[in-house]
Amino acid sequence: MSATPTLQLSLGPVLFYWTREHYADFYREAADWPVEIVHLGESVCSRRRDMKLDDWMGIGRELTQSGKQVVLSSQTLIESEADLRDLRKLCDNGEFLVEANDQSALQRLSAAGQPFVAGAALNLYNPATLAVLSRAGMQRWQAPVEMSRDDLARLLEDCREQGIEAPCEVFAYGHLPLAWSSRCFTARRYQKPKDRCQFVCQKHPEGLALRSQEDQQVFTLNGIQTLSGACQDLRHEVPDMAGMGVGIARLSPRPERMAEVVAAFDAARRGELPTPDPLSLVDVEICDGYWHGRPGMDHSRAASLG
Amino acid sequence: MELVCPAGNLPALKRAVDEGADAVYFGFQNTTNARQFAGLNFTDKRAREGIDYAHARGKRVFCAINTYPQPDGWAMWTRAVDQAADLGVDALIMADMGLLDYAAHHHPDLARHLSVQGSATSHEALRFYHDQFGIKRAVLPRVLSMTQVRDLAKKSPVELEVFAFGSLCIMAEGRCYLSSYLTGESPNTRGVCSPAAHVRWEETPKGLESRLNGVLIDRYGEGENAGYPTLCKGRFEVSGETYHAIEEPTSLNTLELLPELAELGIAAVKIEGRQRSPAYVSKVAGIWRQALDRLERAPGRFQPEPAWMTGLGEVSEGSTTTLGAYERRWK
Repeated sequence: MSATPTLQLSLGPVLFYWTREHYADFYREAADWPVEIVHLGESVCSRRRDMKLDDWMGIGRELTQSGKQVVLSSQTLIESEADLRDLRKLCDNGEFLVEANDQSALQRLSAAGQPFVAGAALNLYNPATLAVLSRAGMQRWQAPVEMSRDDLARLLEDCREQGIEAPCEVFAYGHLPLAWSSRCFTARRYQKPKDRCQFVCQKHPEGLALRSQEDQQVFTLNGIQTLSGACQDLRHEVPDMAGMGVGIARLSPRPERMAEVVAAFDAARRGELPTPDPLSLVDVEICDGYWHGRPGMDHSRAASLG
Repeated sequence: MELVCPAGNLPALKRAVDEGADAVYFGFQNTTNARQFAGLNFTDKRAREGIDYAHARGKRVFCAINTYPQPDGWAMWTRAVDQAADLGVDALIMADMGLLDYAAHHHPDLARHLSVQGSATSHEALRFYHDQFGIKRAVLPRVLSMTQVRDLAKKSPVELEVFAFGSLCIMAEGRCYLSSYLTGESPNTRGVCSPAAHVRWEETPKGLESRLNGVLIDRYGEGENAGYPTLCKGRFEVSGETYHAIEEPTSLNTLELLPELAELGIAAVKIEGRQRSPAYVSKVAGIWRQALDRLERAPGRFQPEPAWMTGLGEVSEGSTTTLGAYERRWK
């Protein structure tokens, strides 16, 4: 039984620091994956300079030719004048839609009358906030990572009532982006000052595991960003998401076996997810607590699978 | 520079005013503010009493309504805004864009301050909040270096308030979801971080253990001082090393930066700690009052008194203080 998917799939920006070759290979493959939207760009740290805006634009043009909608994601924590100059260039790229991950980007884009995508770190928890951004030019928005399914269902219903039509995106797969700091935790691990970090995070294409003294992976360090220790996986919730009016499920790139992850979500949105589904395609701990209104690290299926 | 002090309850408010605060800030007894602790914060009646006390002495009162209205609670947040306006507070401290919009429309004459939870770290971001919601002042997140504060201050469309002393958030405030990842409750949604209801202490053969919702945050050996298990201040293992992987238990103390902050035209310095005792508030307010008075009399010759630093050290987390992100090498 196959149905036309009502839910779109997107690739989030790569949150980790990869090499140029790694990005190129990844997006060459992604061009053939069943995702409708691809977010590009460095959204975590301004010191990661292997890829310039022109490089991202080049990849973006190729993906556009493969039929993808390309969105450039802005840096989440803006600290310096140099950050603002880069942000200005990104917003003024003249070709691709921009995902605003900070109010600095919101200001640039809304003042220029450019439509934009509103990222999860903008903290969009209620219809009044979404109404403000709709007036400012919001085309679509991402729910806060910590929002539960029930809260989101209510919010979507209120939005429909208030005529806010921009589609909503949910972070459906990957290590959850949970915090940003001016301190670089990867450099700290290497006992290097941030200003002379020697780009050590590039040695960790999937971040550095932070474990409790009992060996539980609690968080993942990714430069100035802290991600969840477990990988959120909402593939089983995809039919429910579509039913409640979520427009897009975001899959956050991981270095290994991402094609399989995309294929699983594509199957899920067509109602073809095999049951029983293997717990995880990739060898990693899974979580889905936020969606179920619980601590984000919880996993609803853990108990039943023993 | 205005000295802005925390008031977790009426006694703390009075002590702050008595010791020289120019303004105090408080919240109501629900999740509309970012210090939602059992037994803390103000009822309508207590708030009225506190506001009268401060106003009678020529001091200002700000109301923090700085969490993010949740999908099922919009009315509770707007009620808090209306209530604060009725009480006659001098400013609202808010973060949520929808709530700022509500306040701008319903109480246009009541000053709006952008909370640190609004995560504005650039003059462009401040411009957004200013143009959209007419904010008068913004509290800066504790992530900027002095150079960055200087650059921002030059172009800021609004007055700036910076954190001067107290517990140190290491993450950009308003964009930290670590607490809800472990406990289901966060500053944004519930006004709490690492909430006490999820804390468990246990003496074990390996030492005293502190847990947050079951997750081991730290383990203390004989003679080590145990601190509250704020999740970012525990000791964790990263590739074979066990250490304070995110941050040590320490407090921010910017006393020595006062001349520079004044020179940048910073409008106000903020003391953190609504959850702390009236004695803490009294002590910290008193020291900062003396420092600000000294600065005003002789800005060129300002040096923090050793006694002030010792006094502040005594009420600091882990009894140590840091300049935090203001100092570049901390990063």
